Amino acid sequence: MGRVLAALTGNRVWRSIVRHGAPDSNRNRALIIFSNFFLHTHPVKARLRAIAFTRTFYLGILSASAFFLLTVTGIFLMFYYRPAVPEAYEDMKDLEFVVSAGMFLRNLHRWAAHAMVALVFLHMVRVFFAGAYRPPREFNWVIGVGLLVLTLLLSFTGYLLPWDQLAYWAITVGTNMANAVPVLGPDIRFLMLGGNTIGENTLIRFYVLHCMVLPLALILLLSVHMWRVRKDGGLYIPPDEPPASKDGETGGKAS
Amino acid sequence: MPLLDDLAIPPDEREMTRRRFLSAVGVGALTVAGVGTAVVGVHYMRPNVLFEPESRFRAGHLSALPAGGLLAFPERKVYVVRSADGVYALSMTCTHLGCMTRHEADRGRIFCPCHGSQFDLRGVVIGGPAPRPLPRLLVTLKDGVLEVDTRKVVDPDFVLKVT
Repeated sequence: MGRVLAALTGNRVWRSIVRHGAPDSNRNRALIIFSNFFLHTHPVKARLRAIAFTRTFYLGILSASAFFLLTVTGIFLMFYYRPAVPEAYEDMKDLEFVVSAGMFLRNLHRWAAHAMVALVFLHMVRVFFAGAYRPPREFNWVIGVGLLVLTLLLSFTGYLLPWDQLAYWAITVGTNMANAVPVLGPDIRFLMLGGNTIGENTLIRFYVLHCMVLPLALILLLSVHMWRVRKDGGLYIPPDEPPASKDGETGGKAS
Repeated sequence: MPLLDDLAIPPDEREMTRRRFLSAVGVGALTVAGVGTAVVGVHYMRPNVLFEPESRFRAGHLSALPAGGLLAFPERKVYVVRSADGVYALSMTCTHLGCMTRHEADRGRIFCPCHGSQFDLRGVVIGGPAPRPLPRLLVTLKDGVLEVDTRKVVDPDFVLKVT
C-alpha cells in the first residue's frame, strides 16, 4: 500500500502538478493553500474564533455558492432557451414539461435566485451589525453595494425571460420606474426596451445582459471583493473583543 | 571645460518638457477614444428601425360611435370616447406605472389591474395611486372617419366637436 502510494505520488507527472508533500508539517500545510489556484484566496492560517459559524453565518460564501449554482443551472437552461418572441415562452414551457430534468433545473435556478437575493441582503445586515464596514474596510462595503445592485439587476433581467404575462407587466412597471429619472428617464427607458414598447429588442437585450454582461461584471467585482477581504486583514474581529480563553478557542462569542 | 549639460538651465515648473508633452498627447488621445467609444456605443444601442405599429390609425366611422359610447383599441392602447360635446381619445396606459387599463362598462369607469388606479370616462383620476389623468390624444375627422395619433398628446380638455 505504501509502495503504491509512493509510486503514485513520486512520479514526474504527479510532481509536476502537486508541488508539495503530504500535510505533515506546517510548511506543507501552508504550501497546500498557497500553491493551489483555487485555495490561494484563503489565508494560510486563520484563528478558530474568526471562522466560527456564528461570526459570519457563512453568508458570504453562501451567496457566492448561490451564484455558482445559478451559473451552472443557467448554462443548462441556455441549451434549450431561445430569446425570440414566439419561441421564448414555448421553450420555457418545454423546459417545464418536456425536457428531462428541465423542471428541476428551472426551479433550481429560480429558487437559487431568490436565495441569492436573501443571502446577499443578510450578508449585508451581518456586516452592518458587526461594524465590519469600518476602516479599513469601507471600500469593500462600497464594492458590496455594487454586488447587491448587480444581484438585483440579474433578478430583474431574468424576470422577463419566461415571456409570460407576469414577465411582460413586471418589466413594463420596472422600465416605467426608469422613466421617472429626471431629464434622462425617457432615453434610459428607450435604450432598455430598444423601442417604445416591450418587444423582440427588449427580450434579446435583457437576455444578453442576464447571461453575459451582468454575470461577468459580478465575477469581476466578486474577485475584487474577495481580494480586499484578504488585504484588509481577513475577517473582522471587534477590537474590544477579549481574546479566546486558554482552554482552547471556542470562538464566535460576541462581546 | 564645462559639459553642455552643466550649462543647461534646469527646466522651469511651467516649462513644457518632451515627457510632459507626450503624456498630455497620450492622455488626450485616450480621452478622445474613450468618449468616442461611449458615444458610438450609445448610438449603436439605439435602434434606427422599430417594428412597432404606426402611431396614426383609423378608429372607424363616426356614425359607429353613438354619444355616450366608448371604443377600446387594445392593440393601439387607446380608448375613443364620444361625450355629449364631441369625441376625444384617451391613452389606455395607466399613468402610474404603465400597465394597460380596462374599461369597466358596468361601473362606468376605467380600471388598472396592476395597482388599482381608477379613472372616470374623462380620464380624471378617481382613485388609486395614479398621479395624473389619462392623457388625451389627437383625434381628427377625415371624410367621416376618426383618426387618432397616439404620439400627439393634447390638452386634457380637448374635445373634437362633431355634429
